[in-house]
Amino acid sequence: MIIHHPILGPRDAQEFVYLGDASLMDRPDGMTAGIEEFHEYLYQRGNPAGEHRELWYHEQGDRSWLVVTRNTVTHEITKVELARDVARAKGRSK
Amino acid sequence: MRYSGFRVIAEALTGHKGWKPVWRDPEPQSEYDYIIVGGGGHGLATAYYLAKEFGQARIAVLEKGYLGGGNVGRNTTIIRSNYLLDGNEPFYEFSLKLWEGLEQDFNYNAMVSQRGIMNLIHTDAQRDAFTRRGNAMIMHGAGARLLNRDEVRAMYPWLNFDDARFPIKGALAQPRGGTVRHDAVAWGYARGADMRGVDLIQNCEVTGMRIENGRIKGVETNRGFIGAKKVGVAVAGSSSKVMAHAGMRLPIESHVLQAFVSEGLKPLIDGVITFGAGHFYVSQSDKGGLVFGGDIDGYNSYAQRGNLPVIEDVAEGGMALMPAIGRVRLLRTWGGIMDMSMDGSPIIDRTHVEGLYFNGGWCYGGFKATPASGWCFAHLMAKDAPHPTATAYRFDRFLKGRMIDEKGQGAQPNLH
Repeated sequence: MIIHHPILGPRDAQEFVYLGDASLMDRPDGMTAGIEEFHEYLYQRGNPAGEHRELWYHEQGDRSWLVVTRNTVTHEITKVELARDVARAKGRSK
Repeated sequence: MRYSGFRVIAEALTGHKGWKPVWRDPEPQSEYDYIIVGGGGHGLATAYYLAKEFGQARIAVLEKGYLGGGNVGRNTTIIRSNYLLDGNEPFYEFSLKLWEGLEQDFNYNAMVSQRGIMNLIHTDAQRDAFTRRGNAMIMHGAGARLLNRDEVRAMYPWLNFDDARFPIKGALAQPRGGTVRHDAVAWGYARGADMRGVDLIQNCEVTGMRIENGRIKGVETNRGFIGAKKVGVAVAGSSSKVMAHAGMRLPIESHVLQAFVSEGLKPLIDGVITFGAGHFYVSQSDKGGLVFGGDIDGYNSYAQRGNLPVIEDVAEGGMALMPAIGRVRLLRTWGGIMDMSMDGSPIIDRTHVEGLYFNGGWCYGGFKATPASGWCFAHLMAKDAPHPTATAYRFDRFLKGRMIDEKGQGAQPNLH
């Protein structure tokens, strides 16, 4: 698979480490969330057959985290964003 | 139709004209007591044991494609019970005992071959860990032997004992482990279930579940609605898709695992060798092909095919362990979809819907579990109580902090 890195261009997926569903970015607030909410965040997955937003880490490159939109049935990649941009669009890290 | 040596000889002398299809192809009835979703090894075994051991009637198995067309026909056929943790070892040992009596039980040749399995040791720390695991196995009656370097060399003199990175220092062996003819397992269970009146319904995909007042009423399929008092789902690989019909999210990711067969060779390996440090394991089929595999590809996938980098990685592992195979050609590779759970262990449990049961999360270790999985799932569905060897395989173990994490990787399914 080729991942089109927003900064570095087309890169082989072998340069990356896969983490999982992009919802792992949305960790609940540890001071307010209950045990059920953390259980849902840490252990439960949507695991869709089809379009999947997921986190890839460019370990053998610029060490950036990417949010890759990929089809889990065809492995086709349709969108690649910097995880930083995705988080900031949600109002994080201001 | 029962099989016997006499029958085989009689058929051989009369042109094999007397063999008949070994199971019916029935139309679905409007209602059953039990519906098993998924006609793979686990689903067929569940139906078989429900009918045979728990005396239940009016059972149907619904299969989207054809019987045994999923992972039971795509694995590397290894059976073993060499686990460490209390939640796992009794269950897998129960499974191995069922394997040992399986062919007599369902009167079908599954070619169960207890040719032995060994896990290679490369460091002192690994020997300590494997010794501990071997002791756990012995205490659960599974049997284990710690082999030193010379004993391994006597069995497999051509292994690369002096590899610079992973020199072989010994092995943990389970002589009762081995291989089984995987397709025959599905066929044997299918035949045994059919003989006891179970309807095996193929080309029947579940498209929805009818749930009223928190109770299952039946399933919607591409062949119409089929009512049921109890529904058990055993569709590992597609668990998240099917259980979504009941509004459930699972602690599971679907990943692709590849397997490989080489061209046929003269007898070289009479057991199973695992080279965990190099992410490689191998056995030799009765036809002579080396059957081997390695890691999962590592990203969510529902495609039953993998990518080349993992093939390269597995081939490198094979060359590191067995330099002699350098000129052997690869005959086939294929991929199957695994339910990778959050702790690497399976789930056999009730759900929040009354009458709906779930069996899945087998990661890449489902084949060896087939008999016990079927037995324990049948036990759960018939008696509404878990089998004593499967009490730990609960959904709520993640919420309660009772994970069964053999590798200690945490909630990172692609690393189990």
